[in-house]
Amino acid sequence: MGKKVLMQGNEACVMGAIAAGMRFFAGYPITPSTEIAEISAQELPKVGGRFLQMEDEISGAAAAIGASVAGVKAMTATSGPGFSLKQEHIGYAAEAEIPVVVVDVQRVGPSTGLPTSPAQGDLMQARWGTHGDHPAIVISPATVKETYLEAVRCFNLAEKYRTPVIFLMDEMVGHLREGIEIPEADELEVIDRTVNKNLTDEQAYAIPEGKYAPEMAPFGEGMHYNISGLFHDETGFPRGTAQSYEKFMNRLLDKVEKNRADIEKWEEKFLDDAEIAVVSFGGAARSAEEAVIEARKQGIKAGLFRPITVWPFPEKALEELAKKVKRFLVVENNAGQMVIEVKAHAGNVPVDFLGRFNGSVVDPDEVLAKLKEEA
Amino acid sequence: MASELINNTMRLRNLPHIWCPGCGNGILMRDVAQAITNLGLDRDKVVIVSGIGCSSRAAGYMNYNTLHTTHGRAIAFATGIKMAKPELTVIVITGDGDSSAIGGNHLIHAARRNIDLTVVVFNNNIYGMTGGQFSPTTPTGSFATTAPYGSIDRTFDLPTLAMGAGATYAARGSAYHVPQTTKLIQDGIAHKGFALIDCMAVCPTYYGRKNKKGDAVKMMTWQKDNVVLKAKADTMTPEELEGKAVIGCFRNEPNVPEYTAEYTKLIERLKKA
Amino acid sequence: MRNREEIRLVGSGGQGVILASVILAEAAILAGKNAAQSQSYGPEARGGACMAQAVISNGDLGFPKVRVPSFLMALTEQSLEKYGKNLPEDTIILVDSSLEIPDWLAARKYYQAPILQAAIEQVGKAQTANIVSVAVVNKILDLVPPEVLKEAVAARIPKGTEAANFKALEVGMNLL
Repeated sequence: MGKKVLMQGNEACVMGAIAAGMRFFAGYPITPSTEIAEISAQELPKVGGRFLQMEDEISGAAAAIGASVAGVKAMTATSGPGFSLKQEHIGYAAEAEIPVVVVDVQRVGPSTGLPTSPAQGDLMQARWGTHGDHPAIVISPATVKETYLEAVRCFNLAEKYRTPVIFLMDEMVGHLREGIEIPEADELEVIDRTVNKNLTDEQAYAIPEGKYAPEMAPFGEGMHYNISGLFHDETGFPRGTAQSYEKFMNRLLDKVEKNRADIEKWEEKFLDDAEIAVVSFGGAARSAEEAVIEARKQGIKAGLFRPITVWPFPEKALEELAKKVKRFLVVENNAGQMVIEVKAHAGNVPVDFLGRFNGSVVDPDEVLAKLKEEA
Repeated sequence: MASELINNTMRLRNLPHIWCPGCGNGILMRDVAQAITNLGLDRDKVVIVSGIGCSSRAAGYMNYNTLHTTHGRAIAFATGIKMAKPELTVIVITGDGDSSAIGGNHLIHAARRNIDLTVVVFNNNIYGMTGGQFSPTTPTGSFATTAPYGSIDRTFDLPTLAMGAGATYAARGSAYHVPQTTKLIQDGIAHKGFALIDCMAVCPTYYGRKNKKGDAVKMMTWQKDNVVLKAKADTMTPEELEGKAVIGCFRNEPNVPEYTAEYTKLIERLKKA
Repeated sequence: MRNREEIRLVGSGGQGVILASVILAEAAILAGKNAAQSQSYGPEARGGACMAQAVISNGDLGFPKVRVPSFLMALTEQSLEKYGKNLPEDTIILVDSSLEIPDWLAARKYYQAPILQAAIEQVGKAQTANIVSVAVVNKILDLVPPEVLKEAVAARIPKGTEAANFKALEVGMNLL
């Protein structure tokens, strides 16, 4: 570990991304994500990377995907309204199987909302925002240090599965400054996309046995293949049948479904003997954890279950937990989104909900009061 | 038997193309392939990006690095590719609706940056893929499925639009004038900076039929008889040019700083510091 | 310092309380403590009452935001009114000497320092008031050694402004 420094969440996102090999950023200014663009503009050219301020949110996503097609690890970042605008291209990247990292530093909404106060109301949009069925990998950090490390994992998963990965931050973490020891390069696992140089042009989207992602070379390296938002077979063209399209769609979805063990990540605290499990993520989990610690001091057997990969939701882990605890309390800065998923996997265990979506972060005292009520 | 050009530049397995009989797009696609071939470009380094619409199917037929993107955003994707790997030659094939309606913002901003892209518009004055709605280049008064009483919309002149936004190369070609249009595209690709070539296509199926322009032959004959080369047009009076279309190069400014080259300089500058 | 300080700095937009809170948190990190910094964003940060905070802990940081301030510094009457009322007795309150002292504050213990005036008259630059203030806060709370505070200031100010800002630190250290 390097020297400990005070760093903002948005800055940690960029520095983690660069450590993961990001060499291209395209985006459009929007609070509370703007520092991600600003710091990218400052840092990328120093490492031979390139920054583009685009004319709008849509083109920011498009240019990032274009850069990735050319073989350069790329990211775009936005907040609330901009995340809505980027949705079409998240679907495009999923369909065309192009790695890209899309950061959404959530703010309270809908529409302009209360600029630019914290919220976590984009959890479901991050999963279901683009049209049509598609795989989704969404990661949500709770601390500045985790923001750095998970930014690296976003790129690793994007490259490994050749799919867009959404880094679902929130204003509380994005604008928070905390001490962080910057990891040395050799302390980080960095994954690059697998490229098979022996493929013919017609095998661009051929999938090796046991794998889920194609291995074609980037543009400019000797292959001449077609990338399209159309359903495609292994040639990259839409000349298959209903059966082949079904096979294609199932493979896309299986990228995530069959690799849950590799993609899922969550944190458990004080759950060994817990009677109440608090489920929370991102910035809200900071309040939840504080409340759990205080509840423990007061003799309440509370624990914390915190999804870090929020999509795919760690449902098996939650189902296991449901066998041990008497209640769940879901704490989020929205009107009730993760609670839907918890209820779907909690079996007969009662699920309570505490949400804030008025522009302020849910307060540890509120969580504690709720825990006392339930204990 | 396909010609040598087609053999060398097209994905034969994907041919014949899906365009309607008499459509101008096939001729224009061939012009692009001929222009690339004339320049002797390394096929590995040529990228064709397209959006959505009739024009944008061209990418799938052309045997290069091809990216068929979303509606209106081809230029934005192309900007990312060119910026990430400036050594690639990036050509955008787009339509009038794709480039100037839904994608108009990207067109003007790419022109403003003077990024080294070549945008070839297959301009058929109509939305063909969706069945004949008017586009920003449909002449005022024309009929379309969404202009059943005649369009009251004023039009974009694409080279003028691009020049207004800062394009350093702007030209117009036509489906009928193959050698001239090929040369205009070729010069646009060779140009180090943003280039737009507005190519007059013909759409007998929708634009032609809706507006009683006759069949494909008649529409091509119109181009033969009414298109004037710019050199000639420069000697004509406005009255003489009434009802004519002018093709040729309207602007070619080679010495304007190109965006990706400027960024490369910035990287070099920081390296020294 | 006490084991955990939850510091809130309030004033009007442009007075630099955000930078002041960043410097305090940075100094704490440099001194081997844990720290977090945040601020209120939004239109209220442009001219109205502006709030920045730093949480500093000798142990684990835990919740990174201020729950109950252990310390409040107010540079304007408006921000004092908004953030100062109803604080516990053991919250240390510091106000700029230019503020009219409301009855509720007069009824309790508080510190007063001519931060804004000192920046203008002793440093010669009104915009160094925030640096004057971090020295005052550091003195009251005994957060970090003065040389560490100076290092934190150096890390966060624009190049070329060192002379004025270091002078501001010196002035601040001698204000109380």
